[in-house]
Amino acid sequence: MSRHDADIVVRAEGLVKSFKGFRAVDGLDLTIERGMIYGFLGPNGCGKTTAMRMLTGLLTPTEGSVEVLGLSVPKDAETLKYKIGYMTQAFSLYGDLTVQENLDFMSTIYGLTGQRRKDRVREVMRRYELTDLKDRFAGKMSGGQRQRLALATAVLHEPQLLFLDEPTSAVDPESRRHFWEQLFDLVDDGTSIVVTTHFMDEAERCHKIAILEAGQKRADGAPKDLMAAMGANVIEIEGPNLRDIRRQLLGSKGIMAAAQLGARLRVLVADDIADPEAFLKAKPETDGATLIERVRPNLEDVFVTATGEGRQ
Amino acid sequence: MRSLSRISAIFFKELAQLRRDRMTFGMVIMIPLIQLILFGYAINTNIRDIPVAVVDQSQTGLSRILIQMVEATRVVKVTERLSTPEEAEAAIKAARVRAAFILPEDLSKRIVRSPAVGLGTPPSTDEETSRPVAQWIVDGSDTMIAGAIKSLRSMPLSELNRQAPNRSTPTFEVALFFNPEQITAINIVPGLVGIILTMTMIMFTSAAIVRERERGNMEMLINTPVRPMELMIGKIIPYIFIGLLQTVIILGLGHILFNVPFGSKTFDLLVGTLLFIGASLSLGLVLSTIAQSQLQATQMTVFVLLPSILLSGFMFPYEGMPVIAQYIAEAFPATHFMRMVRGFVLRDAGLIELHKDVLWMIGFFVLGMFVAAMRFKKRLD
Repeated sequence: MSRHDADIVVRAEGLVKSFKGFRAVDGLDLTIERGMIYGFLGPNGCGKTTAMRMLTGLLTPTEGSVEVLGLSVPKDAETLKYKIGYMTQAFSLYGDLTVQENLDFMSTIYGLTGQRRKDRVREVMRRYELTDLKDRFAGKMSGGQRQRLALATAVLHEPQLLFLDEPTSAVDPESRRHFWEQLFDLVDDGTSIVVTTHFMDEAERCHKIAILEAGQKRADGAPKDLMAAMGANVIEIEGPNLRDIRRQLLGSKGIMAAAQLGARLRVLVADDIADPEAFLKAKPETDGATLIERVRPNLEDVFVTATGEGRQ
Repeated sequence: MRSLSRISAIFFKELAQLRRDRMTFGMVIMIPLIQLILFGYAINTNIRDIPVAVVDQSQTGLSRILIQMVEATRVVKVTERLSTPEEAEAAIKAARVRAAFILPEDLSKRIVRSPAVGLGTPPSTDEETSRPVAQWIVDGSDTMIAGAIKSLRSMPLSELNRQAPNRSTPTFEVALFFNPEQITAINIVPGLVGIILTMTMIMFTSAAIVRERERGNMEMLINTPVRPMELMIGKIIPYIFIGLLQTVIILGLGHILFNVPFGSKTFDLLVGTLLFIGASLSLGLVLSTIAQSQLQATQMTVFVLLPSILLSGFMFPYEGMPVIAQYIAEAFPATHFMRMVRGFVLRDAGLIELHKDVLWMIGFFVLGMFVAAMRFKKRLD
């Protein structure tokens, strides 16, 4: 097990965090390999942030063990802080300081000094397009600009491992796409990244994801593998009275979930049914349907089958 | 080395934020300025011109001269003339006057027999000699007012007999050191340094850590390698300069406006003030690690400020308080500073003479910093 330790950046076993009896994280096992973007996907309150805070040493686990970059957490958390970067969910830099002042402050706090510090600040400003904004107050910038500043701050000390807690919740779609390109650039430079999200499209960009619900891991792996191993086929139905069809289908055997998407009803059929299209066409409920066809599964289908009502 | 540069980074960050916070920056200057003028002029324990009513039932030339003599002391000022004691009582109740001077019909007879007039001693068996010449009815609820009027009780009346006053030899001789003219401001202004510093120093630092938590900066800060002690030290340094600036404003302006002396112990004064600033700042930091919001921090500041004003000896003499209250007062840095600053400025005392207060202040500062750094957890749970 310790053979590949150099390639493992995070290893957590049986991680539990209770807040006054409520188990926010409940028996989480994680192995995150070097050089990839690892996503925690789950709804609000599923324990994503709590799990991430335990990995960085901000919270003490109630039970279980954590090892990050070979260091035991929370025991060696202070040493670890030089090696990891962290981007909080809410903007947490100083709104009444300028971009330059924020970066100068944080770079010194991370122990950079002299010319090396100045060069590094200039470099991240250039890389994250902050040079023209350097005299702007952080509190007066747009969501996308703030997010670039937060990322620039998090990578100032060139951490090996970056933790991003819902980094794109306050930015527009274009900034989001741009942000993800920057994350892939960082991975190319050798950084490993752990990110939490509740956006399916973001999760799909991760090399690997863990689907969390109620503090437990429901599934993990590469998004493509998860889709392939989902245990269900996806059928879309077009026609009138989709809402009635949905209500009648739900609960009948073999139907794992059904959700309306605009003019179509997306139905997850358990994969022990050999021909799901014929199976649905044979049902009296779908008599009025104009189209029943099998489609490619997406991550949301994986999420639905792995969590809540779809879980078996 | 890293520690030093981190402390200076925190210092410059605080300074930049302070400079942009116009409100706070204005308070740094305006609080000492306004409080000095307010307290310097307003607080006066030498009470003068208390409004009183006169009930002159004798209506003689003698009674009018007596009233003039009483007014000439400047302790009271006659604002009403009434005809009966009942009306006088009503006037006191309605707070139109604080006291009433009642001159009886037989005033002339009483004056002649009064020893205060100095017409020789009447036969001691004459019971009338023990009767005062007139009566004061006083609103005694305010002890200061009552005390001022009581001071008139044995006022000499020898002037009625065209004799020079104060011919009598006092039992004791009293020599007043350090403030011979008994000007209240001379005692108040140095003490005001302690009150203003308690207020601003604790207020600013008690908000210092909480503010970072409220604005969300704390989650990021505790994810950095910064050490609690570095954060604490970096945060208090700007306020040390602010405290010194305020001290200069109060003592300098006190000198110009109220002729309060500086004393010759400038170095001792500087050290003592720095120690007090340090003690107040460390107390503020401890409060800051307890408070959950800036509002709570402000409430806790008031909790410390009030006893600092009332128990420290700033307004009421420390010696006059019950022993338990004295013990409580000892816990507040302001009490020790009050002794120190009055010692340096008014009595030319030095750090050596006041070493007990100096040592206590050092201990308070070290303990405060230690507790604040211990209580500051780089964890969220």
